[in-house]
Amino acid sequence: MSQKSEKLIDKKGLRLDGRKPDELRQIKIEVGVLSNADGSAYIELGKNKILAAVFGPRELHPKHLALPDRMVLRCRYHMAPFSVQERKSPAPSRREIELSKVIRESLEPAIFLEYYPRTGIDVFVEVLQADGSTRCASITAASLALADAGIPMKDLVVACSAGKVDGTIVLDLMDTEDKMGEADLPVALMPNFNAVTLLQMDGNLSLEEFENALNLALEGCKKIYTMQKEALKAKYVGVKEEVEE
Amino acid sequence: MSSVITRVKQKQIAQLIAKGKRLDNRSATDYREIKIEQGIIERAEGSARVLLGKTEVMVGTKIETGEPFPDTPNEGVLTVNAELVPLASSTFEPGPPDENSIELARIVDRGIRESKAIDLEKLCIEPGKKVLVVFVDVYVLNHDGNLIDASALAALAALINTKMPNYEIEEGEMKIKSGYTPLPIRKRPITVTFAKINEKLIVDPWLEEEQVMDARLSMAIDDDGNICAIQKGCSGSIAPNQILEAAKIAKEKAEEIRKKLEW
Repeated sequence: MSQKSEKLIDKKGLRLDGRKPDELRQIKIEVGVLSNADGSAYIELGKNKILAAVFGPRELHPKHLALPDRMVLRCRYHMAPFSVQERKSPAPSRREIELSKVIRESLEPAIFLEYYPRTGIDVFVEVLQADGSTRCASITAASLALADAGIPMKDLVVACSAGKVDGTIVLDLMDTEDKMGEADLPVALMPNFNAVTLLQMDGNLSLEEFENALNLALEGCKKIYTMQKEALKAKYVGVKEEVEE
Repeated sequence: MSSVITRVKQKQIAQLIAKGKRLDNRSATDYREIKIEQGIIERAEGSARVLLGKTEVMVGTKIETGEPFPDTPNEGVLTVNAELVPLASSTFEPGPPDENSIELARIVDRGIRESKAIDLEKLCIEPGKKVLVVFVDVYVLNHDGNLIDASALAALAALINTKMPNYEIEEGEMKIKSGYTPLPIRKRPITVTFAKINEKLIVDPWLEEEQVMDARLSMAIDDDGNICAIQKGCSGSIAPNQILEAAKIAKEKAEEIRKKLEW
């Protein structure tokens, strides 16, 4: 995160892809895209292309992992070997293991796990193409996949990143901004509870900058939340139309 | 988390915290006693042991030569690994690192890396070909809660204690000379961890508090009082205003600890 070969923000205050500092990238969300999964969702956030699928609640294997009072949520975040510039080995990296953990922990508060004791539910996230803020897009898609699977939830979980690039606080970092910028702050939110379920940061921010970045990320979350709900509704509108035909 | 403590005790801890008290009589923002020893392993290039109450973490550093990453040809390499050694807790099992030890290692790594604690450019021997690689191995010896802060502190203490071999380049060959120079340390990041229990934040949770906590929040603060790394953990949530409150406390606590250390 140290070299500065090119300007990330131009004289007009626009970013490399022409966005304003507080502007999101193009987002496309689809729900129910995989027929074998109990629930699924697909998200495109800029050049990010990410699939999330949910299997369960179902019997947990190995059985000794089952809990008597609630369902066990398992999560796997995985990047396809072709999703990045240099081929990524398909074996899970330390980064992927950590992200699987924080994504799981960001989803857990939203799910009524106690409704399905002794069972397990698996969330699989596959990053097909990565372009920065993949963990945020993954969480947004994974919570939709859970909703699509009909899992009782308190709220959807939506995530968005903010950061600092060339001294400016910006929303929704893309790959180059993540790598060359001064800070990256991914945040996940349950909007109806104003509860943050994922918070990470790396870089360098003063307390004041941190507050601004956090608030910007939360605003971004709320914008994506409306698109998330639309995508979920769109699926059922589609189903209704099919039935009526 | 294993349920070693009884539900009665869990309830007791949570109720006390709601009243602003803790089982071991600390206030919400008190750390346990911190003891640091440096240079305890002679074979390692640098080492330190940190006692945070009963939590005990040892860190050893090794320096080797290796290749730089292609995107940073002029910089040395920092590698952090953490071992939750089975003798430290009945809940740790032998085997390859699990997600908890990987997360611990990556939190410690981010604190050092993002604060730019080590001047990695000074570890470059031949740009794009040969650099010094600093291995930081975190060894948890006794788990009594807040492994993150203890490990981050031990890693920093060990790095400050680390000596690099002197070398010379002769006709493209690297020759090790006698003597050592200290590792170029620029910043001293301190990590402060909070537990959220019963809607209240407490710093430096010990084991029993960790077993009751809803969420965990760690912040690494550099010498200028800036935040350089954050990690939220556990399957609970935190309100945004509570996060900002935590950031303020973390800044104060980090400064306090840094002063005590007299480095």
